[in-house]
Amino acid sequence: MPAPATNVLSISNLCKSYGQMAAVDNISFRVEPNEIVGLLGPNGAGKTTTINMILGVLAPTSGAIAIEGVDISRQRSRALSNTNFAAVYAPLPGNLTVEQNLRVFGMIYAVANLAHRLEDLLRQFDLVRFRQTKCGVLSSGEQTRVCLAKAMLNRPQLLLLDEPTASLDPATAREIRTSIREFVASGTGGVLWTSHNMYEVQEVCDRVLFLSRGKILLEGNPNTLPNEYGKKSLEELFITVAREPLTLEPN
Amino acid sequence: MRFSRIAAIVLRQYYLVRGSPSRILPMFVWVAIDIVLWGFITKYLTVISGSGFHFVPTLLGAVLLWDFLTRVMQGITMAFFEDVWSRNFLNVFASPISVPEYLAGLVATSICTSSLGLAVMVTVATLAFGLSFFAYGAMLAPFLFVLFLSGIALGIMGTAIVLRLGPAAEWFVWPIPAVLSPFVGVFYPLSTLPNWMRIISRALPPSYVFEGMRSVIAGHAVPAHTLAIGFGLAVLAILLACWFFVQVYRYAVETGLIARYSAETVS
Repeated sequence: MPAPATNVLSISNLCKSYGQMAAVDNISFRVEPNEIVGLLGPNGAGKTTTINMILGVLAPTSGAIAIEGVDISRQRSRALSNTNFAAVYAPLPGNLTVEQNLRVFGMIYAVANLAHRLEDLLRQFDLVRFRQTKCGVLSSGEQTRVCLAKAMLNRPQLLLLDEPTASLDPATAREIRTSIREFVASGTGGVLWTSHNMYEVQEVCDRVLFLSRGKILLEGNPNTLPNEYGKKSLEELFITVAREPLTLEPN
Repeated sequence: MRFSRIAAIVLRQYYLVRGSPSRILPMFVWVAIDIVLWGFITKYLTVISGSGFHFVPTLLGAVLLWDFLTRVMQGITMAFFEDVWSRNFLNVFASPISVPEYLAGLVATSICTSSLGLAVMVTVATLAFGLSFFAYGAMLAPFLFVLFLSGIALGIMGTAIVLRLGPAAEWFVWPIPAVLSPFVGVFYPLSTLPNWMRIISRALPPSYVFEGMRSVIAGHAVPAHTLAIGFGLAVLAILLACWFFVQVYRYAVETGLIARYSAETVS
């Protein structure tokens, strides 16, 4: 059954197994327009596996993924036209300049009026002075900003951010968070955001999903969820999910 | 297929080549050295044999045509390796670009780079050693076309091998033309080969080109069906190479190979 077109992202009964090991175990969730959803969990919980499946670079064992109602397994190119991502483990080629990288990916994403869009993004992410600099010689924080600029090239309806502020200083990280919140507020897009910074998650996300051993254990508002489970903070809740998931009980 | 996505792959390669002498020089230097080396060998053979045999169009022409095929293949594999070396697979394959668009971009890149290489080879062979392409007559165009198609097929096959086996497998790809050359009779008629090698030769499209080339130089006509078989086999080779690439790509998506490509994955 096709997913409702109102959801930016619809995940239904998604599984990924490697032999007997289930990396993602029957998860279902959605991202709605103007919503930032945090995907949280300890290392190895299945966050990146989930993101890779949404990006079409990893095939699910079973289940369905629809981006704006378009099934990625059937219409991959159409679904990914309105999607983009930034991840610390996927830097842009270091042997091209910032401007060259953005132009090449702008063409791949078939961005209309690309020259104008490039200028906007170079300004927005404070990259004007680096436009002729090869990405490989930028600092990790600057490279992250280039990746974010690439992720915004096509004004995606679904933006996937895998620890987008991991290598940024606090001031730049705050600017990036603000900029992404503005992006979400100004359009109809949604964001799936992974982070290990619980302060950031509380500041940015409208809703969080706690993933552990491939399953979604908890879902809710990051500001009220800790209290619902008798924890003082989101970080404390995170640690419990990571170490003693069976002890979790709602108040 | 979207033209802008194909053009993006070509533009990326143009940016890389434009700013890098280490990428520009191999396009010209190795082929020029090959032509110079074989040019002198053919001159020497002409002098010592005194038989009136046309060594220049037979040997030097064969070297040039074989180098052309090799350049076409390397044009594809080099553009692909740029994504391997810069660990760019995730960015490329998580974008809307389709496999046919990506492969078309690699082929378009190869057309540009191999054309430059061919121009250099022809210039050196003509000016320095008096090789005249008029010796091949009207058959030159179909000869080049079959070799071009064969180079495309080998290039796509090579990229699929590296995608499946990992970055270190590029060393399986570089020697492919050298491995094939004894079978396709670049320098000698196929009748020179033992039977078992001739069976393999008949399945390889370039064999028909080099046999045809020798026929033309000897003053005989090339039977149309011979070239048609070469052309048909070359098209079949491209289809098989594309099919193989798609199978490897599907395997890579099934197993997560693309997402963690930098790892060695021979298994």
